[in-house]
Amino acid sequence: MQDNEKRFPQIKPLMNTSEAYYESSRCLFCYDAPCTLACPTSIDIPLFIRQINNGNLIGAGKTIYQSNYLGNTCAKVCPTEMLCEGACVFTKVNIKALAIGRLQNFATNSAILSKQKFFDPQNNTGKSVAIIGAGPAGISCACELRAAGYHVDIYEAKSNPSGLALHGVAPYKITNREALMEVDFLKEQFGFNIIYNTRIASKIDVEKLESNYDAIFLGIGLGNSAEIKIKGENKTDCVGATEFIEQIKMSSLDKPMAKKVIVLGGGNTAMDAASESARLGAENVIVAYRRSEKEMKAYDFEYDLAKVTGVVGVFNIAPVEILGEKVVEGVKFIRTESQHGKLVNIPGSEFVLDCGLVIKATGQLKQTSMIANISGISLDETGRILVNETSCQTSNPKYFAGGDAVNGGAEVVNAVAEGKNGGKGIHAFLSR
Amino acid sequence: MANLKINFAGIQAPNPFWLASGPPTNSGYQIMKAFDQGWGGAVWKTLGVPVVNVSSRYGAINHRGNRVVGFNNIELITDRRLCDNLREMEEVKKHFPNHAVIASLMVQTKKEWQQIVHDVQNAGADGIELNFGCPHGMCERGMGSAVGQEPEVLETITRWVMEVATIPVIVKLTPNISDITEPAQAARRAGANAISLINTIQSLIGVDIDRFVTYPVVENSSSNGGYCGPAVKPIALNMVKNCAQHPLVQLPISGIGGIENWRDAVEFLLLGASSLQVCTAVMHYGFGIIRDMTSGLEQYMDSHGFETIDQFIGKALPNVKHWEDLNLKYRVIASIDEEKCIGCQLCYIACEDGAHQAIDLNDDKSMRVPKINEENCVGCNLCSLICPVENCITMVRKDDGNEHLTWRQRTEANDVPTTFDDALAGGNSHTVPAPLEALKK
Ligand SMILES: Cc1cc2nc3c(=O)[nH]c(=O)nc-3n(C[C@H](O)[C@H](O)[C@H](O)COP(=O)(O)OP(=O)(O)OC[C@H]3O[C@@H](n4cnc5c(N)ncnc54)[C@H](O)[C@@H]3O)c2cc1C
Ligand SMILES: Cc1cc2nc3c(=O)[nH]c(=O)nc-3n(C[C@H](O)[C@H](O)[C@H](O)COP(=O)(O)O)c2cc1C
Ligand code: SF4
Ligand code: SF4
Ligand code: SF4
Repeated sequence: MQDNEKRFPQIKPLMNTSEAYYESSRCLFCYDAPCTLACPTSIDIPLFIRQINNGNLIGAGKTIYQSNYLGNTCAKVCPTEMLCEGACVFTKVNIKALAIGRLQNFATNSAILSKQKFFDPQNNTGKSVAIIGAGPAGISCACELRAAGYHVDIYEAKSNPSGLALHGVAPYKITNREALMEVDFLKEQFGFNIIYNTRIASKIDVEKLESNYDAIFLGIGLGNSAEIKIKGENKTDCVGATEFIEQIKMSSLDKPMAKKVIVLGGGNTAMDAASESARLGAENVIVAYRRSEKEMKAYDFEYDLAKVTGVVGVFNIAPVEILGEKVVEGVKFIRTESQHGKLVNIPGSEFVLDCGLVIKATGQLKQTSMIANISGISLDETGRILVNETSCQTSNPKYFAGGDAVNGGAEVVNAVAEGKNGGKGIHAFLSR
Repeated sequence: MANLKINFAGIQAPNPFWLASGPPTNSGYQIMKAFDQGWGGAVWKTLGVPVVNVSSRYGAINHRGNRVVGFNNIELITDRRLCDNLREMEEVKKHFPNHAVIASLMVQTKKEWQQIVHDVQNAGADGIELNFGCPHGMCERGMGSAVGQEPEVLETITRWVMEVATIPVIVKLTPNISDITEPAQAARRAGANAISLINTIQSLIGVDIDRFVTYPVVENSSSNGGYCGPAVKPIALNMVKNCAQHPLVQLPISGIGGIENWRDAVEFLLLGASSLQVCTAVMHYGFGIIRDMTSGLEQYMDSHGFETIDQFIGKALPNVKHWEDLNLKYRVIASIDEEKCIGCQLCYIACEDGAHQAIDLNDDKSMRVPKINEENCVGCNLCSLICPVENCITMVRKDDGNEHLTWRQRTEANDVPTTFDDALAGGNSHTVPAPLEALKK
């Protein structure tokens, strides 16, 4: 992990005191501020920035944590350009938006390091809640429930908390140390339990929880990387993006980086996998996307981040076959074009690109088989858990859910917001 | 081309920018350097019986990222021997015969005053400034503002000086007094050639809230100081204007207080100053700011067709009137340029909470441009001052300019509110929401 901190310098490093002072000086203290409106957890941004500027760093930290239990993680990993900073009024006059993420990090990092206690939860309800999954949604829900006086146990399949915020988010956005440090900080003041290495998988597991707890929150996120369903997909060195990134993040990559890498997909995960490969020494990294550059789901700034490391995007090409004996040697593509809004292959346009590693980044599967063990939970046609938007209650009244498992894969901050709402929903449900 | 030369009460200088008496004029070394960079004159750090200073000595107010918006000091007059200062003064005059070197003086007895006047005249000073302003330390010893606050004492001492002075004498006034024109008139009566103002304002710059002591801290204690810097300019402007308009003062004025750029300088000149003195801005940025000051002043004069500074000294004075002579029929209201608006809604909350509830928000929250309620806008300016976008809110004239009616005229016509519940109350013309509306939002 130490190694990763050196290999991947942070793109949003911690501000120093002068930087924080001058940057916070710029905030206009807008009324009904657009930055706050753009934040899924509605952090009172002008307030915490003013608190930083006026020398009340602890108060700033409190303001943030009152709205967002993973304030520091979000500060570092949020796509702020698309959220708060993208909404900052300064952008309307071509002035650089306030560096809200970095200011937030300045305040929350200080709160964590100085071990501030902002909450003093009690066990006064006599009721207990089980949470499945210690990702951002689960942790956020746990904090909210502990603040309301519930006993909370989180069951986590892995040996570390924080879900994809630890195992998935690009290492140059947040270090593992930072991700884990915040969960420790929260555990310390909220006193929820995390039971690691415990996957809730079978019907029996589920029934046990149901008899021991008054309500259950599902923060299980998504599953493995999706398959593309083409020939040669199971060759060695044809890997799923989330699995590959997890190996990088947990420093368990067992072989040197291939020189030539092809990433299949056009979303943010594809960009992350490509960037990280390039930063780890791949000399030739191609992101191959079936549709046009304009149709790519990746945010512009994520594509930019990949491009500066030398990643090249190739558009309107679809993979047909992964080539090679046992080990990947290349990918056969066919060119595509859009005809009357429909994507079609151009006959006879096949060609081959060599490579030593193929990374599939065409999305993550839903956890449908796990959910099938719980009775009465309705899913939508894509496999997302259906919930009531305000209470996060599922069609089985004892179950609540939030995060990627519900929204199909969004950002950490959405999972945090939904986890908190879920906690509120459970509290309302159990205090009827 | 603009000519920046001035003749201030008989003192010649290549431009009106002088260093005010203070740390930048502690030594001949600094003054030579300043002249070399373009300053037109310098008022030497006040001479007298040398003092012993404390450390620390300064405090400052910062405002949202801007350092030293206001500045304060508890320093006394020169701590260097008179003989050293005089030798250096002679040397400066030798190298810069056309620049203004003014000796600032502060002593106690008549004998001391007359002696030191002789000494600085012999050293080649072009003028003398009597420091009757220092509001800390020296006043405890019966000097500085202790003199400036007593017009009669000021007059007596000035007369002692005038008896022996062969060069122009400027009396420097303290603002720590309710009517600045009283000491100004006393200076005039005593025969002084000019006045300069303002010296620093008695102040406590702030409190160390952990150590329970005001700044600047000397061990565990502190003392009141003198306030200056950009924040005091409005006070200085008003006092300069008061002296310039007063029929019994009629003396050239050297303007001082918060000047840090050519714009500040022009404002002082327009209100009647005919030379300018700068201290804090030099302590902040060094002598180099002079290039911006002179080039800005030249540019201003060229664009207005002024060839010499005399042509616009006091040009704003006739327009500074009594309130009762202002036109009550003149009416402006705020107008928002929707193209420029960035939707911060600061104007809304300022008018809503701090003024007249004359700005409305759109019911559709995604439309962030506020709307002026023209009925309720009283034309106070607040929103236009607060709006962060240049020229986004402007004040637009609504009356046709044909009517002119002042408070004085209305009073003469018995057309003014005179009882508590008078129907003529000005506020009757706009709607004030009922108190309980506040809790319904
Ligand atoms: C490669 C990648 C990069 C990303 N980059 C960013 C980014 O830069 N910024 C950003 O804001 N978001 C990013 N995201 C998205 C973000 O990580 C997720 O939206 C967020 O982590 C979702 O939180 P969650 O709690 O819903 O699910 P997860 O983070 O997936 O957490 C679910 C947890 O539940 C556990 N679990 C699952 N099933 C079970 C079970 N049956 N029993 C016990 N435990 C179980 C898992 O082990 C996991 O710890 C990225 C995602 C990926 C894949
Ligand atoms: C527009 C305006 C109107 C004021 N009216 C009054 C008043 O009616 N009565 C009063 O005692 N002070 C009045 N003041 C002075 C303030 O109460 C206060 O003493 C002064 O503004 C200094 O404080 P500040 O630096 O916080 O503004 C007024 C100030 C402003 C700006
Ligand atoms: S929009 Fe920008 S300037 Fe306005 S409050 Fe938010 S951060 Fe501050
Ligand atoms: S203060 Fe100016 S920019 Fe802000 S909402 Fe009002 S008009 Fe628009
Ligand atoms: S000028 Fe004054 S009253 Fe009119 S809208 Fe602006 S703040 Fe309100």
